[in-house]
Amino acid sequence: MASSSSYNPPCAACKFLRRKCIPGCVFSPYFPPEEPQKFANVHKIFGASNVAKLLNELLPHQRDDAVNSLAYEAEARVRDPVYGCIGAITFLQRQVDRLQKELDAANADLIRFACNDVPLQAAQPRPPQEAAGVRNVGFGGGGGGRLYQTGGVQISYDVPWNDIYNSHGGGMDGNN
Amino acid sequence: MKDSNSRKQGAASPCAACKLLRRRCAEDCVFAPYFPAEEPHKFASVHKVFGASNVNKMLQDLPEHQREDAVSSLVYEANARVRDPVYGCVGAISSLQQQIDALQTQLALAQAEAVHMRMRHYSSSAECASPSTRGRRSHNHHPKSSESFWH
Repeated sequence: MASSSSYNPPCAACKFLRRKCIPGCVFSPYFPPEEPQKFANVHKIFGASNVAKLLNELLPHQRDDAVNSLAYEAEARVRDPVYGCIGAITFLQRQVDRLQKELDAANADLIRFACNDVPLQAAQPRPPQEAAGVRNVGFGGGGGGRLYQTGGVQISYDVPWNDIYNSHGGGMDGNN
Repeated sequence: MKDSNSRKQGAASPCAACKLLRRRCAEDCVFAPYFPAEEPHKFASVHKVFGASNVNKMLQDLPEHQREDAVSSLVYEANARVRDPVYGCVGAISSLQQQIDALQTQLALAQAEAVHMRMRHYSSSAECASPSTRGRRSHNHHPKSSESFWH
């Protein structure tokens, strides 16, 4: 009974593009019909043919992650047409710098206390002294580095629009 | 005069976009201010990832003073996507979030340790400073052995 064959609704991509969703459609595993906005954003920013090309260049097990990251970037760009998800990167980078500085300060405190413990074991406690080596001790390498190695992922980038970003006061929530 | 000027400008090298797209670089080309001819790779990656017409539309939708920043961020995203076709610049976001988690943990530990050491420091300085009522030296801090100090 041919009519008993299951009906597959068109995927969100084919619905958007108003075309027949054929078996083996490259978009259908990743753009289900119940998430129309996902494809709409991706189509607006990247274009359907660019996405299809990209997916075809990847191995099947990589495509899910690729689509999700494209959808994330596209949504960020729709919300913030100027900076897209670079706004988030700048925000997070600032947090990293701030935390690194706080960590360096906390470690410097620990060194000071550790140094002061030695004179305390003698008869009279001496007033705390600035440990000479504190500034020369490198904890975390400062906040200037732009090269990160985390879990084998090495990312190196310049963020030349930091000053512009500061003056515009943009943020993660994509306010325009 | 205008014609010769425009011809002069037309004779000047087309922008990187128009060169790649093999078209005439018009005077009001939207790409020309941001994709100079001497940086062909910049437009190449943007074109590959976003497509020229999408970039054109995006730039047209923005006021002029925002276009340079927009192009910079698009170039960054495109380069990240070319380097990492699976995660693009979302990989950088994920990496930064991991770094933040690690730093927060380290900071909490260091701060807890500092509080602990501060308390030790103050309690030991208080013991050194308090006078002994029996006139005995008290630099031995073992209460169990205090008997030996009291006779």
